[in-house]
Amino acid sequence: MRLTVYLLTGLAKFLSGPSVRWVDCQPDTCQRVYFANHTSHLDSLVLWSSLPREVRAVTRFIAARDYWEKTALRRYLAKTFNALLIDRRNIKVHQSPVELILREIGDTYSVILFPEGGRSTGEEIGEFKSGLYYLAKKRPDLELVPVYLDNLNRILPRGEFLPVPLLSCITIGPPMYLEAGEPKSEFLKRAREAVIRLKYV
Amino acid sequence: MSELSLRTKWILGILLGTVAVLYVVGRVLRQQPEGTVNPALVRRFNERVRIWWLMLAILAMAMWLGTEFCLLLFLGVSFWALREFITMTPTRPADHRALFWVFFLFTPLQYLLIGLGRKYYDLYSVLIPVYASLFIPARIAISGDPKRFLERSAKIQVGLLICVYAFSFAPALLTLEFDKSKWHGSNEELLLYFVVLVQLNDLFQFGWGKLLGRHVIAPAINASRTWEGMIGGIVSSTLLGILMWWMTPFQMWEAGLITMATCLAGFAGGMTMSAIKRDRGVSDYGTLVRGHAGLLDRIDSLCFAAPVFFHLARLYQVSPAN
Repeated sequence: MRLTVYLLTGLAKFLSGPSVRWVDCQPDTCQRVYFANHTSHLDSLVLWSSLPREVRAVTRFIAARDYWEKTALRRYLAKTFNALLIDRRNIKVHQSPVELILREIGDTYSVILFPEGGRSTGEEIGEFKSGLYYLAKKRPDLELVPVYLDNLNRILPRGEFLPVPLLSCITIGPPMYLEAGEPKSEFLKRAREAVIRLKYV
Repeated sequence: MSELSLRTKWILGILLGTVAVLYVVGRVLRQQPEGTVNPALVRRFNERVRIWWLMLAILAMAMWLGTEFCLLLFLGVSFWALREFITMTPTRPADHRALFWVFFLFTPLQYLLIGLGRKYYDLYSVLIPVYASLFIPARIAISGDPKRFLERSAKIQVGLLICVYAFSFAPALLTLEFDKSKWHGSNEELLLYFVVLVQLNDLFQFGWGKLLGRHVIAPAINASRTWEGMIGGIVSSTLLGILMWWMTPFQMWEAGLITMATCLAGFAGGMTMSAIKRDRGVSDYGTLVRGHAGLLDRIDSLCFAAPVFFHLARLYQVSPAN
């Protein structure tokens, strides 16, 4: 299992040549929600493997249960990476993805989130879904860390399975929080702008 | 493991020793009280020396391990330089598959053919300029996006030509066969001769430009390259090339002329890559992703000089009939 993680993160790093920049933010093992733009299947893996080892150990990424439980290999990989499996189909009361995430992360884990809800082509960052807002509302102590993933859409774009090994850049920005009484739409807009701003620093 | 001759080992040792001395000099200069030396210049010098140290140490290691490892090393450098080139070149999603084959087929295949030996010269000297150049536009056409078609094809072709094709002629020096009864050196020495002279030529041009530079060649392309720097640099390298002639199978005067031609090509490489960078609006190939000079900035002159040096050296091969 260790070896699988080692090989796959190595492969992801080789294919995407990431350079990591921490801007007004330091690596920390405190509980965080890293939220990033989403353009490639490589996103989670590259971002996760770019974190320092001790941060990586407490950071989990989210994966779709219906996809990652289909075959033995996928189940093995999901288990290996300790992925947080979320059911996209059977959403029940008290079983909402946000509740599930909160239960799974407890008071130790951080989580990587893509609030756009799906992969975009990379030209523009889509509107954010509300999950991030509800997470922040239920757990105001979580640090919300914006991340901008640059160029991964050219390395392994949507609908492609052959990679082109260009170089990518991961910019991790200053943590933000939900302000008291901040309306949902305004908060989501602010969060989206926090990610976009990192493109230009 | 290759059987490097004692002589080659000595040369490697002397080169590494020289760089080590330069490193110490740089350290001492940094300790100097303020006002006596220009700290920006010292920092630049130290940075250069560190890179030379790295380059030489890795090259020496690869030579010691054998020709295959040298080829692997140069393949890795080509691969990384091409990444930097394409990363800063805008492409469109329809170019994706063409780029995949460029990276994972043409780049390794070029080095594989070189590794198979000089009988494949006919093939590896046309693989990229002919076959890849035809393949790239065709593959992009099949993807069905006509927007800026010629421009996109040309960008990928140029990247592949400079970073892979031209650069691969440097390790191809190792596959040449010379008459050992006339020349006792090894191909590794010839490769070292080439790399050291082209790198020093960059430094000489920079140094002469700083000392005497008045007439900038093309201010919009590169504000620091002057005619004085270029001429001073090439004269210095040529003199050095003549002094180091014993590392090559050439006569002394031949070594001078060949060095001159090679360094002119190296200069042309620096200018061309500067023009490409200005066009893209970046100062270094690394800036887009790392904030410091990229690998391509280090090897631009080697890329242009390698084919010139290779083809001139090739004239001295023993003919296969002998």
